[in-house]
Amino acid sequence: MASSTTLSSCSEIPMDKETREEIVASDKKRKSSGEKLFITDDEEASSSHSQILNSPTGKKSSPMREDSVPEEDRGGDTSDGSALSCVKKCDDEEKVTEEDERLNLELTRAFDDISVATTGSEEDKLWNGNNISNLEKSENDDVLHRTMENVLGSGGSLNTSMISEEEGLDGGINAIWKGQKRHVFILSESGKPIFSRHGNEEKLVTLFGVMQALVSFVQDSGDSIRSIRMGGTIVVFFLKAPLILVCVSNLGESVAQIQTQLMYVYNQIVSVLTLKQLLQIFEKRRNYDLRRLLSGSERLLYNLCNLVESDPSFILGAVRCLPLATSVRDTISTTISQTLSKLKQDVVFAILLANNQLVSLVRMKKCFMHPMDLHIIINFIDASESFKTAEIWSPLCLPRFDATGFVHAHVSYLSDECQACLVLLTVNRDSFHALSEAKHRIVERLKRHNCLEAIIASMNNNWPTMSFVNVPEVRHFLYKNRSIAQFMAPALEAPYINGSSSLPDLNSTTGNENSFQNLSISSISSSSTCAGGTGAPHYLPPDLSEELQRLYSKYYRIHSRLHDRSRPVSLIYWVDDTENWLGWLTSTFELYVTFEPLVKKSAAINAINKLRKWVKKEEDRIFIMNSPTF
Amino acid sequence: MANRAAPGSATNQQQQQQQPAATRSNNGAPQNKVCQFKLVLLGESAVGKSSLVLRFVKGQFHEYQESTIGAAFLTQTVMLDDITVKFEIWDTAGQERYHSLAPMYYRGAQAAIVVYDITNQETFARAKTWVKELQRQASPNIVIALAGNKSDLAAKRMVDHDEAYAYADENGLLFMETSAKTAMNVTDIFLAIAKKLPKGEQTSAQGTAQGRRITDADQAPRSTPNCCK
Repeated sequence: MASSTTLSSCSEIPMDKETREEIVASDKKRKSSGEKLFITDDEEASSSHSQILNSPTGKKSSPMREDSVPEEDRGGDTSDGSALSCVKKCDDEEKVTEEDERLNLELTRAFDDISVATTGSEEDKLWNGNNISNLEKSENDDVLHRTMENVLGSGGSLNTSMISEEEGLDGGINAIWKGQKRHVFILSESGKPIFSRHGNEEKLVTLFGVMQALVSFVQDSGDSIRSIRMGGTIVVFFLKAPLILVCVSNLGESVAQIQTQLMYVYNQIVSVLTLKQLLQIFEKRRNYDLRRLLSGSERLLYNLCNLVESDPSFILGAVRCLPLATSVRDTISTTISQTLSKLKQDVVFAILLANNQLVSLVRMKKCFMHPMDLHIIINFIDASESFKTAEIWSPLCLPRFDATGFVHAHVSYLSDECQACLVLLTVNRDSFHALSEAKHRIVERLKRHNCLEAIIASMNNNWPTMSFVNVPEVRHFLYKNRSIAQFMAPALEAPYINGSSSLPDLNSTTGNENSFQNLSISSISSSSTCAGGTGAPHYLPPDLSEELQRLYSKYYRIHSRLHDRSRPVSLIYWVDDTENWLGWLTSTFELYVTFEPLVKKSAAINAINKLRKWVKKEEDRIFIMNSPTF
Repeated sequence: MANRAAPGSATNQQQQQQQPAATRSNNGAPQNKVCQFKLVLLGESAVGKSSLVLRFVKGQFHEYQESTIGAAFLTQTVMLDDITVKFEIWDTAGQERYHSLAPMYYRGAQAAIVVYDITNQETFARAKTWVKELQRQASPNIVIALAGNKSDLAAKRMVDHDEAYAYADENGLLFMETSAKTAMNVTDIFLAIAKKLPKGEQTSAQGTAQGRRITDADQAPRSTPNCCK
């Protein structure tokens, strides 16, 4: 398995050589006190990494799953893994202020060190414009190099467009296909195509063959291929027997980030089949066509590829919560846990989601939800418009919870008015009717306590806007609370959002509602839109505005730099033509801030302090600080 | 073909209004007979099981209907003379990997609709194996209906109507060609099943004799699992 060796930063070399941002403060604290200390707040949470992987029956996890964590993530994993388990709030006020002061001091000192600010255009040139194709692990191999250039066409004039000529993709599709910013391919170790994000995998069979050849060629020399960089395009391989996942991206993510994304895709397949079944099938028949078993769940893969592209929560490894007053959230959680604990139906998790944001999570004692599993569930709901019309009872494997078996999911929306989705996960396959009744009781009680209205209001009002946060220097930010693996972002505003576009991920209330209404209006109109189109709506790439794409790309770069283990950095300040940027990583939080372009250092420091105070003040509303148990 | 203007057939809106009334009559003074039946839809993937159910329950049709994951549970109530028939419908996923779960859904079911696509001969063959499996493993008194769906695509027909009719006749199945798109025969096939299902003492005896209804496992007091007051 290649995963443990995958993340050395060869491909980052050209990037690292250049000083294209002001990198400040080599962080001593991160290494010593680092990620692990924080969660000692709670015994259970700190040891949760191992517990997370335990099945409800207490079975120890297989080492397999441990391996599936990319190395880079592993450091943070202990804290991230504690995820949605109980983390007691730090009540000791003094400690908090002390910590605050220390952070302030650190920030100010770091800012004082900044002396040069390069312009954005230059930076970008240095960052992107490296024209030397850099084939990792086998740099000298001209044959491979040329093949890849042929296949990917990124070499511009070198492109002999092998696919269009030999595979009979017609010119139109080919042009569109080549124009895609990101491709994801899945194939079996023997080279059988399983999935292609764009285009028909059947017609790309030669391309899959080349990928398989590349992998086995490098494998022959006892090594494993990780990535190929060609200009602005990077090809990342994620080898996870019995599958090979490949991503070709122009979006500027790092190898590590893309591998994390591919891991989500791999987890999605495991979630449909279980790891056990996946391994067994290929053990029996090496050239099995996995599409047969995945048929019907393709939309989960397409949707996941979209989400991963358009929602920062995947790269951050954190979930977003629906902002709610603590009292309302507590009422919801208590109602769910009380109703279900009476049932004795072995419910492991109860999750309430709205707009892909977490409203409440109740769990069985000693069972923990890993953020990666939660993302799989979020994708499961997000990909399935049809869940709104019925109650669903489906087996589902949560790869980080127990990759060997299924849990059974009861999925239902609270009501036609309140489009929040309740997911009840149990190990008991005969619980449907009990859970169905429990759900109705939960809805009745929530209605009585006016919780549905509160959820609807929060879903519709796009809170908080930047004007509400009231830090005028700041245009946008992401704040991740590392100990609970949750993050928050303000509502998107101009220039990052088009007036008309409905975003699939963040602040998408209006978009979601519209699509729901479209669904429920007469069949004539829905059939005409669908029949005219290329098929499923999920097949279309996410509709991000260019500005938003740029915003996220920048965040991803800062994230990648902050998490570069070979050159640890805790603070990045970056001056650009259009915005100033800041990335700050501490043991307790990650902060990514977009400033107005003309902001001064002192103003930036003040702004960050105000921002942090605001987050502290609203913490109870924007995060779920504790998750009750059954 | 069944009589389309079946007596007692109600429009969707009427049915939905009647539903709460029927439920209430379970607890309060019964106004008319209420029978509750478990019905399961089986068949190859993409033959239109979900579309049939969606048409029957919500009166809707989507040209692009997502493939079902696991199984979907819906209820719909129809009036049959003075009897209220409540269907608990399990719409199952047709994919191969869900096959092993099918018994969970047809176990204890009083009715099944096996669906095939008239434009695809293979789906008809698959329907036959479903019928065999039901006859072998489901409740002995299960009412099975065979639905040749997508009858609006008659131009692309690959399964002969008479052939399917003869097969259904041989095996004692109800048979109709349906179209979820045009709504042809959709409510009718459910009504035909409702008519054929035994109502009255016989049904409840049958239900308890099997003792396998999932509702039995539910400790919460549940009003009349099977029927009839």
